[in-house]
Amino acid sequence: MPEREQKKKSAPKERARETEEVEAAPPKQAEALKEELDDLLDEIDSVLESNAEDFVRSYVQKGGE
Amino acid sequence: MAVPKVCGIETEYAVLLRGTADANPVLASSMLINAYVEHRKVGWDFDDESPGRDARGFGRDGSQPPEIETHLVNTVLTNGARYYVDHAHPEYSTPECADALELVGADKAGERILARSMQASRRLLGPGEEIVVYKNNSDGKGNSYGCHENYLVARQVPFVSLVRNLLPWFVSRQVFTGAGKVGTENGASPVDYQISARADFFEEEVGLETTLKRPLVNTRDEPHADPQKYRRLHVIVGDANLCEVATFLKVGTTAIVLAMIEDDFIDKDLSIIGPVHAVRTVSHDPTCRATLELVDGGSCTAVELQWEFLRLAQKYADETGLEECGGEGVGGDVLKRWEAVLTQLERDPMGLDGQLDWVTKLSLLEAYQSRDGLAWDDPKLALLDLQYHDVRPERSLYERLVRAGKVERLVDETDVITAMTEPPGRTRAYFRGMCLARWPDSVVAANWDSIILDVGSDPLRRIPMMEPLKGSRAYVEKLFDECTTPAELVERLAS
Repeated sequence: MPEREQKKKSAPKERARETEEVEAAPPKQAEALKEELDDLLDEIDSVLESNAEDFVRSYVQKGGE
Repeated sequence: MAVPKVCGIETEYAVLLRGTADANPVLASSMLINAYVEHRKVGWDFDDESPGRDARGFGRDGSQPPEIETHLVNTVLTNGARYYVDHAHPEYSTPECADALELVGADKAGERILARSMQASRRLLGPGEEIVVYKNNSDGKGNSYGCHENYLVARQVPFVSLVRNLLPWFVSRQVFTGAGKVGTENGASPVDYQISARADFFEEEVGLETTLKRPLVNTRDEPHADPQKYRRLHVIVGDANLCEVATFLKVGTTAIVLAMIEDDFIDKDLSIIGPVHAVRTVSHDPTCRATLELVDGGSCTAVELQWEFLRLAQKYADETGLEECGGEGVGGDVLKRWEAVLTQLERDPMGLDGQLDWVTKLSLLEAYQSRDGLAWDDPKLALLDLQYHDVRPERSLYERLVRAGKVERLVDETDVITAMTEPPGRTRAYFRGMCLARWPDSVVAANWDSIILDVGSDPLRRIPMMEPLKGSRAYVEKLFDECTTPAELVERLAS
């Protein structure tokens, strides 16, 4: 599909740049990103329902629409 | 000729009543809505409802139209929305919006209304009891509830033309509309994670039902507008989205495709062999590389099919303009984002973390897997999946990601808060909302295409609103400024 190839090339520069930045992140920055993610997961841990198995099992809805 | 793509979204929220043995979801839904609207309740007028009418022009053909449950809580808000109990779910129907961006705000306002309802319901509940709602589409056990889109479409468009073009459209658009789901349901072959929460529930190509044998193209012919001029396309295949970019693209792209169908602009047959099966094929492949067989020979991926639609849309925008689809501003932005998303889907779908729900959720699940070494069948992943959609601001994992700056927003929160109480300005929702805001005690009932006022002397006056773009701020703001009573308004409208 040659037309599609053309489209890919004309993709917005911003997005391409964003992706490159992520790929080219220096080790220090990658470390910071990982720490940030770990913090977020810890934060999410603190709001998660306490018993995953029980909660998932008892989560039942009636069909709708 | 394409008509303006007036649009709206109806969402059935999941509801849990916790802390009691008698967890009746109908009661919980009623309590939520009553708690929110306690101060003022205006009823819904069912006179014009006809969900059993079929767009293909024939009778019921053995299928059962949905029953209208008139005894359940049903109300209209000052923002022009309908908030009610449908089956065993609280349902929020946004007011009619003029474009995709406005609808993103109206849909988000619905989430905030549900959140406030949960808060307000606390005073109706016993100690330890809590009502919790989720904006998702299934319980993981084979029970599904919908998120339906509605679009104004020209009556003159042959329904077969809609069906032919919409089947490949609905199959392929999942790559950006999907809300993501751990596992499969309803007898679908097992996968770890899939793109759409709803794909497992579609069993027919075309039909009238919404609760069983669900069709990809729903034929409900209930225009809620002048039936000589309009259809309302009732789309039941979408997922309930939390990501604003996903809602924006879902609505914005579909509006453009519909305008192209109305203008007979789609000059190639993009039909897929076995579209019902193809929906699952696409949904079950988060790499977005699965191929679909085309009726006119050859095969392609869902993303390639989307490129075909996008190229047509770009040509349509150049030749016809996007006047009826949000104009150059909103319509133009839809085209740009559409192209960027397809480009990224081909490069690496995970690059759309923070824009599309299915990728954002998958990214969160993978982060947990890598930290805790969880297998796909670990209940913790199913829990994360459910709680991503929790509507309580403090518990919603989606909201956590927003607050952490990981999700792109399109609408300012102040505008969302405004949309909880004020109607959109460019459709008849403005007239409905203004009547309710100004004279709540005089509005006896309302529905999409009329409003009934008690002007103090018999009989009640019914004001028809058969044109979705009339009754807008431009039409009636001055009128509201000049009238001090509903009687004056009715008199002025009659003159």
